[in-house]
Amino acid sequence: MPEKSYSDRFTRRGLLSAAGLAGAGIALPRRGVAAESTKPDPAITEVQDWQRQLGEGVDKRAYGSPSKFEQHVVRRNVPWLTAAPESAANFTPLHALEGIITPSGLCFERHHSGIAEIDPQKHRLMINGLVDKSLVFTMDDIRRMPRSSRICFLECAANTGMEWRGAQLNGCQFTHGMIHNVMYTGVPLKALLDEAGLRPNAKWLMLEGGDAAGMNRSLPIEKALTDVMLAFAMNGEALRPEQGYPLRAVIPGWEGNLWVKWLRRIEVGDKPWAAREESARYTDLLADGRARQYTFIMDAKSVVTNPSPQAPLRYRGRNVLSGFAWSGRGTVRRVDVSLDGGRNWKSAQLEAPVLDKSMTRFYLDFEWNGEELLVQSRAMDSSGYVQPTKNELRKIRGVNSVYHNNGIQTWLVRGNGEAENVELG
Amino acid sequence: MSNWARRLATLVVAGLLAHGAAAAEKPSKMGLGREALPAEVAAWDTDVKPDGQGLPPGRGTVKQGEEIYLARCASCHGEFAQGAGRWPALAGGQGSLKADRPNKTVGSFWPQLAPLFDYTRRTMPWGNARSLSADETYAVVAFLLNLNDIVKDDFELSDKNLTSIRMPNADGFFADDRETAEKKFWNRNPCMKNCGGVPKITSRAGEANITPDAKSVPKVD
Repeated sequence: MPEKSYSDRFTRRGLLSAAGLAGAGIALPRRGVAAESTKPDPAITEVQDWQRQLGEGVDKRAYGSPSKFEQHVVRRNVPWLTAAPESAANFTPLHALEGIITPSGLCFERHHSGIAEIDPQKHRLMINGLVDKSLVFTMDDIRRMPRSSRICFLECAANTGMEWRGAQLNGCQFTHGMIHNVMYTGVPLKALLDEAGLRPNAKWLMLEGGDAAGMNRSLPIEKALTDVMLAFAMNGEALRPEQGYPLRAVIPGWEGNLWVKWLRRIEVGDKPWAAREESARYTDLLADGRARQYTFIMDAKSVVTNPSPQAPLRYRGRNVLSGFAWSGRGTVRRVDVSLDGGRNWKSAQLEAPVLDKSMTRFYLDFEWNGEELLVQSRAMDSSGYVQPTKNELRKIRGVNSVYHNNGIQTWLVRGNGEAENVELG
Repeated sequence: MSNWARRLATLVVAGLLAHGAAAAEKPSKMGLGREALPAEVAAWDTDVKPDGQGLPPGRGTVKQGEEIYLARCASCHGEFAQGAGRWPALAGGQGSLKADRPNKTVGSFWPQLAPLFDYTRRTMPWGNARSLSADETYAVVAFLLNLNDIVKDDFELSDKNLTSIRMPNADGFFADDRETAEKKFWNRNPCMKNCGGVPKITSRAGEANITPDAKSVPKVD
């Protein structure tokens, strides 16, 4: 294994730092307990309460929740990032997820004026502008249209946006957690536009939310007619209020801000609206003082979720490295993993299903003997795009871009198994 | 056939062909939804386009705007629109876009004025959205322009003159060019072995020390 020689050079330092931390009361990672057991395991020899007593009956949990032992698996906020929780974001606990579907209650939230609680009986969708006939739809109308389901990721354009100037937040939940991957059910936007009848000069749409932010974004007509969906369900049930109940836009592969929640109106026009969220915000300021505008597509990106700062290595010997990769330009074709800071790479195993514009799960089994690791992953997509390093991105974009930071993430794993968000030069 | 008759015939045939093509492409209707009434469209179609389409009739002066701003906006955006806490600054920052810490405000960054009017009317004041009248919105926007040295103290903004205001950063934006400017990222054969020199750690999140405490989990009700 090419990593070996690199690792060997770090072994002594790794062990030394681990020993120092062990003195400070942090347990050294060991081989699995089973391998070292000398006396019987009370988890086996003692009768547990749950083996003796009746548990709760049906109907105690009419809508089930995770085990009480999983209460740490929650969305988390970084309070200093924003002015108030109603105009803020929280983060998906990527390090605690398995497979590719994000449970609805763990999907990160981003609101501009808090969560609108909309009575679906009072919700209307209006289509007007450059159409033959302005139309109004009820939710019942929409549920009578041909529907389909699709799994795709929603990534906030500002995901990893805090990291442009160097390593800032310690955990993939905070560095990469403004993303979720959900099976949406809804109707093609094209069906509604056809119903209204597009005029020949229809080139852009404006999507508008029914919340107090009235969030509005412009969408090119080509995309709208290709794969945009108006979804009323996620992961098999109605949308959660914080995800736009009763109706939201699903715009596969494109930045999350476009996926207008609580969608109430679509206006058809001939030019983009240059709305606040596509001029003063969600534009990418470059080093020369000019800004890229209408940067819709989310480029290929990946992150190792285990190990990571919130998911340290706990055992020497056999370990499973795991993570997510995704691309707004198509499918993930390959993910390479490095344990030595990008000098040597091995291709990870991609777990089926590998879907277009969906998060993809990857694994790499590896042996770890307490040496320091610099863990990275690098995604390649079906367009041939290769996830760049953060320094390669900065060379082109500078450090004031805020949005679209898809650079390669590095975790330093120390001899005691703890991981830290670091950057390499 | 005379010349004009031939031309007419060509036009008729072309017209028929075009009509035929359009008819062939015409999507079938589901018969769902109903026509929106003019009053309904008027109630919701309140957006303003960059060219000023959709601006409501009205006017407001810098002086009127100052009063409204101090009463209804300054608690978040600061008395001089310099921002407060994490709330955005609305004035200042001109010439800072290339600086280490750019200050992106109405004066330094917004490329067009009509979207600012639209945004203010759409969602401000925060927490009491859509509570400003058209005249009040013109006045507040006029005051913001004045704070950014774009208009004089005696200026009155209205639906008639709004689109004549040129914003300082009007030329500061260009369409997404990643596929050309970042072409080198489409590299089908990235290095796999002995790539680059020995990596050196240049920054650490531990030193930044701004991550919320991992031990304290928010209360789950």
